[in-house]
Amino acid sequence: MHPFSYVAPKTIDEAVAVLEKNGTRARPFAGGTDLLVQARANKWDLDTVVDIKKIPETMSLEVSQEGLTIGSGVPCYQVYNNEQIKKEYPGIVDGALIIGGIQIQSRATIGGNLCNAAPSGDSICPLIVYNAVAHISGPSGSREVAVEDFCTGPGSTVLQNGELLVKIVVPKPNAGSGTAYQRFTPRNEMDIAVAGVAVSVQLNNNGDDFESVRIALAAVGPTPILANKAGSSLSGKPINDDSISEAASLAKEEASPISDMRGTIEQRKHLIEIITTRMIKEAVKRARG
Amino acid sequence: MVETFEPKSDYRVIGSRPVRHDGFDKVTGRAIYGADVKLPGLIWGALARSPHAHAIVKSIDTSEAEKTPGVLGVITSKDMPETEDKMIDLGEGDENPRWTSNRLMASTKVIYRGHPVAAVAAADRYVAEEAAKKVKVEYEILPVHNDVDSALANQAEIIIDGMVGNDLGEEVKNTNMATHERYDFGDVNKAFKDAAYIEENTYTMQMVHQGYIEPQNATAFWDEEDRVKVWTSTQGAFTARTALANLLQLDVSRIKVTPCEIGGGFGGKIPVYLEPIAALLSKKTGRPVKMVMERTAVFETTGPTPGGKVWVKIGADNNGKLIAAESKIWFEAGCNPGSMIGPAAQCIYAPYDIPNTRIDSYDVVVNKPKVAPYRAPGSPQVAYAMESAVDDLCDKAGWDSMEFRINNASTQGTRRGDGVRFSVIGTKDVLSATKSSNHWNSDLGTAPEGKVRGRGISNGYWFNIGLKSSVNLNVNNDGTVTLIEGSTDIGGSRASISMQAAEALGIPAEDVRPSIVDTDSVGYTDVTGGSRTTYATGFAAWKAANNLVDELKGRVAMLWSEGTGEFGKDDVTFESGVFWSKAEPQKSISFKELAGKLDNLGGPAISTGSVDLESAGDGFGMHIADIEVDRATGKTDVIRYTAVQDVGKAIHPSYVEGQMQGGAVQGIGWALNEEYYMQDEGGMANSSFLDYRMPTSLDLPEIETVIVEIPTPLHPYGVRGVGEVPICPPLAAIGNAIKDALGVRLTDLPMNPGKIIEALKK
Repeated sequence: MHPFSYVAPKTIDEAVAVLEKNGTRARPFAGGTDLLVQARANKWDLDTVVDIKKIPETMSLEVSQEGLTIGSGVPCYQVYNNEQIKKEYPGIVDGALIIGGIQIQSRATIGGNLCNAAPSGDSICPLIVYNAVAHISGPSGSREVAVEDFCTGPGSTVLQNGELLVKIVVPKPNAGSGTAYQRFTPRNEMDIAVAGVAVSVQLNNNGDDFESVRIALAAVGPTPILANKAGSSLSGKPINDDSISEAASLAKEEASPISDMRGTIEQRKHLIEIITTRMIKEAVKRARG
Repeated sequence: MVETFEPKSDYRVIGSRPVRHDGFDKVTGRAIYGADVKLPGLIWGALARSPHAHAIVKSIDTSEAEKTPGVLGVITSKDMPETEDKMIDLGEGDENPRWTSNRLMASTKVIYRGHPVAAVAAADRYVAEEAAKKVKVEYEILPVHNDVDSALANQAEIIIDGMVGNDLGEEVKNTNMATHERYDFGDVNKAFKDAAYIEENTYTMQMVHQGYIEPQNATAFWDEEDRVKVWTSTQGAFTARTALANLLQLDVSRIKVTPCEIGGGFGGKIPVYLEPIAALLSKKTGRPVKMVMERTAVFETTGPTPGGKVWVKIGADNNGKLIAAESKIWFEAGCNPGSMIGPAAQCIYAPYDIPNTRIDSYDVVVNKPKVAPYRAPGSPQVAYAMESAVDDLCDKAGWDSMEFRINNASTQGTRRGDGVRFSVIGTKDVLSATKSSNHWNSDLGTAPEGKVRGRGISNGYWFNIGLKSSVNLNVNNDGTVTLIEGSTDIGGSRASISMQAAEALGIPAEDVRPSIVDTDSVGYTDVTGGSRTTYATGFAAWKAANNLVDELKGRVAMLWSEGTGEFGKDDVTFESGVFWSKAEPQKSISFKELAGKLDNLGGPAISTGSVDLESAGDGFGMHIADIEVDRATGKTDVIRYTAVQDVGKAIHPSYVEGQMQGGAVQGIGWALNEEYYMQDEGGMANSSFLDYRMPTSLDLPEIETVIVEIPTPLHPYGVRGVGEVPICPPLAAIGNAIKDALGVRLTDLPMNPGKIIEALKK
């Protein structure tokens, strides 16, 4: 690591200008809990860090009729301590609560977790199953990308030179829906997912059939994976052990993990099946209130 | 003839729980650790390290690093003094300085990943680190041996050129096997023929690291007169001095080591790593040089404890009496010889009385960091094998494993696996305390749906060591006593040593002011390790206190004689902090009052005490582990845990309990998740605290403790070592609990969720 400069622009335009000018030698700086560690480990050769926390848009946290807006500079603790978010977006809270430890959560952001694009990023799968959308600003204006399309590989995203993630917008869930995320780690905290699953279910009016289901898998592919087959297998199906177990087994097929120090291929696939089953049941429980 | 002591029970200070003398400084952040050292003109050093675990160094080009602005000096192995090729004693293990020198700075070969090849000194840390990256090294990559089987294979690449192995006394060339030792007592083969029940199995394990929070560090200044001052976080200032004298080829008196506060060591901070490099960079630049390791380097280049494999076979007769035991122990030494096969042999059968025993042990060089002591080095690995086998034997024969352990427990006179016979030991007392503990007499309770529970027990043993310690006492005129010692304080030893002096002087613990000083300021003192400090340095403090009392009796005689000379030293007696006239019991003076008069009564009163103890009181413990396993994910939660241990005499029970809890926790981590996860090409994949997976407070229950006190006659207060025994039982206690819960025996550490799932599928 060598000395680098720190800038804290007050507007998106200023931030975009600095990022565009410096290319890969500048990085946006939100919580810094990944960036600084990676800089020390020489993953980045940085001249400039661009603190985005002085920009009003990145610091907004709003729950409205349209949905939930999480600015890219908002730390996890603000998300999981918000009563309305706890009530209406429990799946987001499931993820935010387990990113690092308590000290880390006072700085680390959901936006940063998404931009870090780790296959194991704990907030990403919940965002995917909630149909969340990433709002990006860049040199050629603003654009929106579904979170499920945001990550393109381990540590890489759709963000182009000069582009900045400004906020994530999560549509308001309908009545009769429920969402849950859980990961498996050998330790109870301060660990990285060996495998994780987020499930969002929309039940019918009676609450006995699935109407639609979205399932996303963490740490079992180069990016968080939207398990389309598993999710759609449940459309219109009754809620029972057979339908759930079929979906879990499809999720297991859709997982394409590697073996490394955190777990083997077999262990990870096995865990996907187990956690998918558990999370479908948990999401149903939440949907039924 | 070794002096022995009768146990006492009427203590005033010993057994109480005063606030530790260093407590406020440590909790307020005022204590000075190695990384806090600042000196005028201080510069920083950084290492260029090998990315390969085994390679020939064909050339090293430091020219670009030297040209970097801000760089003040660069060294390579050419700057390392020529060292002798012989073994030297460093208190807890011997070392060959030439191998150590080559290990700390590679000359012709790199033999582990992270092996230093050059060092750079620069005005600041980051300039030094960036310049170190510019050192160009040409390597010729060699095959890597990550484990004993690979290193001992026929076509194995030889890791240390010219190393001569010792195979039961025979010299062996072109080998990676440094030593093969054997202990053989009775007639093992015949005994196995007579045995009604036999159990044998092979247990495997990976290296694990002590995981101290504070990384290694060193600050050194080499002056114009070739005097070297070193500040470092070390467990042994004097052993560091000896090692440095050998590596730097200087007389010990030219080196002054100041031990800083130490953020954990567990044995791992006995060897030197950065100290000689910082000293040589200082010699080159004329400036004080500071170096601090990164966590990855701590994992990859500082000593973990050996991985390897242990084969054990035990046999019992029809009455449940153990009659034979045989084992083979293969330990990974890392890149230099010196794994703890000796201690492993001393420990493996220690909890049992077995008439016929044999042990073969092998010290094998592999392409990993050289091992260093880690809390009872060698004992947890063999306890895992032996205590698993004992449970399996009992299962096979239908015996209760607690009763079996009690019936076969070692006792005074039992011959240990290495032939030594025990003095007074507490094996049976520990077992009966375990059996009557609240935990043992409580139900496991019912597991939630999808989970199963199990309970396991295991013995653990460490012999503890004595060695050399020195203490000086000075009386202050306010009635307090300054205690000068050379034992660095890892686990509360300022308190435990001061309390022993206070007991002997009859003053409160708070009135003894301990001070840990540099190697110029106190007599030679061996490492804080081997569970020796409270025992041996405490013994020295007791001696110094008695010498001080003797000196003060003379001053009392002087006071009461009032110049007449009618009172002699022998006319004064001392008890509980008060000096009395033997002839006139109403005539007395307290320690404190006397201290206030010393300025006019002969001047400063000082004393010294030193010891060189051949042995120590053996330590035994037993743990009970209750676990709950999620059958679907394989995750094991420890839901209740109790550590029972004979400590001889608990000087400060809170720190005794702390040691028992800390050891148990490290053992639990080792049992369930910790390991060096090695890549085929060498190097550790999980060299960060994130992926190394030590347990956190959220992974552990309260560790309950039961202190058993069977005083050893070897110490004035009966103290046995405490710190090491408690890491020995957890591996097998948890393995036995997993078997109880799931019905499967896991023989490969760590017993992590992946392995449990695999075992359940079989």
